[in-house]
Amino acid sequence: MKIAIASGKGGTGKTTVSINLALALAAAKLPVQVVDCDVEEPNAALFLHPELKERAGVDLLIPQVDAEACDLCGVCSEVCQSNAIVTLAKRVLVFPELCHGCGSCTANCPHGAISEVPRRIGEVERGNAGAIHFAQGRLNVGEALAVPVVRRLREWLRDDCTVLIDAPPGASCPMVEAIRGADFVLLVTEPTPFGLHDLKGAAEVARELGMPLGVVINRADIGDAGVEQWCAREEIPVLLRIPFDRRIAEAYSEGIPLLTARPELAPVFLDLQRAIGAILEAQA
Amino acid sequence: MKILISSSGPTLDAAFNPRFGRADFFITVDTAGGEWSAQENPGLKSGHGAGIQAAQIASQAGVEAVISGHFGPKAHDTLEAAQIRMFEAHGGSVADVVEQFKSGALHEV
Repeated sequence: MKIAIASGKGGTGKTTVSINLALALAAAKLPVQVVDCDVEEPNAALFLHPELKERAGVDLLIPQVDAEACDLCGVCSEVCQSNAIVTLAKRVLVFPELCHGCGSCTANCPHGAISEVPRRIGEVERGNAGAIHFAQGRLNVGEALAVPVVRRLREWLRDDCTVLIDAPPGASCPMVEAIRGADFVLLVTEPTPFGLHDLKGAAEVARELGMPLGVVINRADIGDAGVEQWCAREEIPVLLRIPFDRRIAEAYSEGIPLLTARPELAPVFLDLQRAIGAILEAQA
Repeated sequence: MKILISSSGPTLDAAFNPRFGRADFFITVDTAGGEWSAQENPGLKSGHGAGIQAAQIASQAGVEAVISGHFGPKAHDTLEAAQIRMFEAHGGSVADVVEQFKSGALHEV
């Protein structure tokens, strides 16, 4: 089973849910993998302390123009959707940081004047944190394209265990790339107007992708009732409510997982996985 | 000299638009004879790189200078590579800006 843990709003507790679900499964001797797809700021490793044994670079192929062969016809610039290659009166200019690496310019150049060169934008790593399989991606500072790193990370998703995909926040391309293909989307939110607003966007994406979804409300006993009311109206199940607890917040700030601070909560996370399993079974 | 000005409308009496990549129109003016033409900015629909696209339009139009309010780093690099001079104006109509340019009142970037 692959569960994508996502949220519209950042800072709602995606990583908290991912790592504690993983810890609860591992403690119950169930095989589990955590894949941190929040490649702009991967932080699950801060809590799980994995031993990373394997590393691979993530490159984009960007165009290099042979000025001798180029006759400035401008086809490359016309086909580029990112304005990353521009044909000026006397030369062609490439903006590597705008290039998505689609290869259209190279494929369409009528003079074979464009070749492709790799440009490193990030890396992926994998290893183990005890019994937990772990993988994460990291986008280099200053880079804008998270999707290729997430896409590379997807190659490492396992088929032999419960996979927990810690998605990037938001509802745009990197989040879509992280959650697509998962069996279930777990949306973590907080009971505030901001949390509700961004939850709606993320839920819309999951529905557009035709994915079953459920909600976790973090700090559920503070804030307002808006999220609960909306979920009831939309018939989206609220699968877990995590209370606000200063002990949890303090442990988090020291890199200590919730289940280490409050081990009595482990059954709550096992119930969460069972509830997801039951929803998927009912649908099948 | 042929110059290109970022504009809010398709005529010389339209308001000058200080945004280069995201201007509504570009007006090309020949300062010697006064002939001019306007074109819509396709960069309004671009997600990224509107400034680069605008600079490409200037290069293909064969202008020697562009006038706008501000040039972003990528537009600046592209114009520099195309050997097009950049001038900053503040407001008024397109016609006012052309006069300011002709009198040498505009700041060159």
